Amino acid sequence: MDNLKEINYGEAIYEGCYQEMENDDSVFVYGLGVDDTKGHYGTSKDLHKVFGAKRNFDIPLSEDAMTGIGIGAALGGLKPIYVHQRMDFLLLCMNQLVNMAAKLRYMSSGVHSVPLVVRAAIGRSWGQGAQHSQAFHSYFMHVPGIKVVAPTTPHDAKGCLIASIRDKNPVIFVEHRMLYSNVGYVPEELYEVEFGKGRVLIEGTDITLVGVSYTVTDCIRASLALKEIGISAEVIDPVSLSPIDYELIRKSANKTKKVLVVDNGWLTCGFAAEVIADLGINCKDLDLDRMGYLESPCPTTRVLEDGFYPSPESVAIKANTMCGGDSNWKPENISRKEINSFKGPF
Amino acid sequence: MKKFDVKKAYSLFYLIRKSEEKIIELYDTDKIKSPVHLSIGQEPVAVGVSLALDKKDIIFSNYRGHAHYLAREGNLKEMWAELYGKVAGSSRGKAGSMHLSDWSVNFMTTSAIVATAVPEAVGYAYSQKYQNNEGVVICYHGDGAVDEGVYWESINFASLHQLPILFVCENNKYAIYTHQDKRMLGDSIVSRANSFGLKSFRVDGIRTEDFFNAANDSINNIKNNSGPILLECMTSRWRDHVGPGEDRHINFRSDKELNDAITNDDLKNLESLINKEDVVTIQKDIDSQINDAIKYSEDSSFPGTKEITDNVYG
Repeated sequence: MDNLKEINYGEAIYEGCYQEMENDDSVFVYGLGVDDTKGHYGTSKDLHKVFGAKRNFDIPLSEDAMTGIGIGAALGGLKPIYVHQRMDFLLLCMNQLVNMAAKLRYMSSGVHSVPLVVRAAIGRSWGQGAQHSQAFHSYFMHVPGIKVVAPTTPHDAKGCLIASIRDKNPVIFVEHRMLYSNVGYVPEELYEVEFGKGRVLIEGTDITLVGVSYTVTDCIRASLALKEIGISAEVIDPVSLSPIDYELIRKSANKTKKVLVVDNGWLTCGFAAEVIADLGINCKDLDLDRMGYLESPCPTTRVLEDGFYPSPESVAIKANTMCGGDSNWKPENISRKEINSFKGPF
Repeated sequence: MKKFDVKKAYSLFYLIRKSEEKIIELYDTDKIKSPVHLSIGQEPVAVGVSLALDKKDIIFSNYRGHAHYLAREGNLKEMWAELYGKVAGSSRGKAGSMHLSDWSVNFMTTSAIVATAVPEAVGYAYSQKYQNNEGVVICYHGDGAVDEGVYWESINFASLHQLPILFVCENNKYAIYTHQDKRMLGDSIVSRANSFGLKSFRVDGIRTEDFFNAANDSINNIKNNSGPILLECMTSRWRDHVGPGEDRHINFRSDKELNDAITNDDLKNLESLINKEDVVTIQKDIDSQINDAIKYSEDSSFPGTKEITDNVYG
């Protein structure tokens, strides 16, 4: 895997999808606007021109049925990818995902499988409000029979998408909108990023920061601020949320003895709760804490929105406190150009 | 085009009726430890439609699926063992009556949530068209299913993409005990479906042959690229929504309504069309098949608890 090129997260998704469609005739992509000129941040742009309308098509606004139709096509031997511009709309698909996709293999004792990929964009920019910003990865982590991935880097976006398409199980593929412009080195060829394997993105010794999707970038930025005051933070990107790489997180926890889980979602019954429960059961003498959305719907106005989400500053402050630092310390303003440069409208 | 085979129709009808009656007989023993939704009264639809099908056609049914399964000639022993929760069952006891399947005859795992497998049937039809496969998809559902939004979303997509699928609406008029009149204005499911561009017909017959003829024409048309078709098959559920009992004590329908349906039982009609010796032979053969299947189920073992977490993921 020596042929690397520098592309962004959105381009990495496009490339993984394109190459796997070339590789496997049974792969098709559908969803609202997937064949329009924007092609969902370019991730599905013009695929219909290359592969034909039956393999990349627009749909009626029928999320419930279109999920079942994907499941049915998967039962029939195809590998559908259903693209959602907002994960909030997955609530219209829950019956199909939970009652059918997750259970058909089990209820048929392994005769059938549902190799369906559901791509779901989450996240803030500005002003997305209560119904256009939510991340529901924890809802799906609760359901046996469904896998969940939330890659942060372009490398993992491409590799996870290819692995998701090839997987026999339904996969929820979570992609944060503020990651699309993230640039990184990505192998040119087809490759898979394995389910259930996380990554240590930055090694450290004093505290472990575990993020989810975009909050991984908050953790990375926080770790840089912490470094300036002499704190060595280890940053873990779990990549795969179901299954979770518990071993990797435990190993880091046993080294640093302090773990701060920064979820990209609410805390009750969430990813952070799950990880902290595992650490509480399987490790000893740890200092554990968690951050995530505040316990409210997401407010629209920017000034409240900024307080609703974790930020590099709030993560750094909490981590510093956990490490015994001055609770009045604040890092200098940490720039997030992808948010600051966002001007809408979508 | 297929011809109506009265002997075969009688044989399948008798198999369904006797199997359901055996379930009623045995239910009090509590060997079938799960809900059953019996098909008695609705056999003419299942038998008529099944006789019009080819091996390559694919069946999507629902929780009231015994008749569809048996009319498709799904494995009888495996069905009984599944009802008994035994390892020899079609899904090793993990499905039971509500999620029956037999993929050797293209009978897909059924769902217990009303209308929930309808989009799956449509998606399967999309995959058939995508891969240029021959089989037509049959989607059985009840009149209750048309109350669900997902039903019309699915119909819309099937119509939009002109998919090879036959919707068979078994209209027994009741969602549990709630009459269609309490659930929609007017009783025409056909006209609603027509407005989606779906060719739709009501089959008001009580005879298996009526349903066969309608299905036979429809399947033939779909194979000649007519696009999807809906048959609204008027029928009657004789037993309670769930369980082995009758439901007259609930007083949600008149005795006359049910008595009329029972008087018109097409099993008796089909029997009258076959010579007596054949009737005796068929009955004897099927009775013995059912007894064998029950014995097979009794003798089979339960799955080990280590199987609980098998096949969650592939």
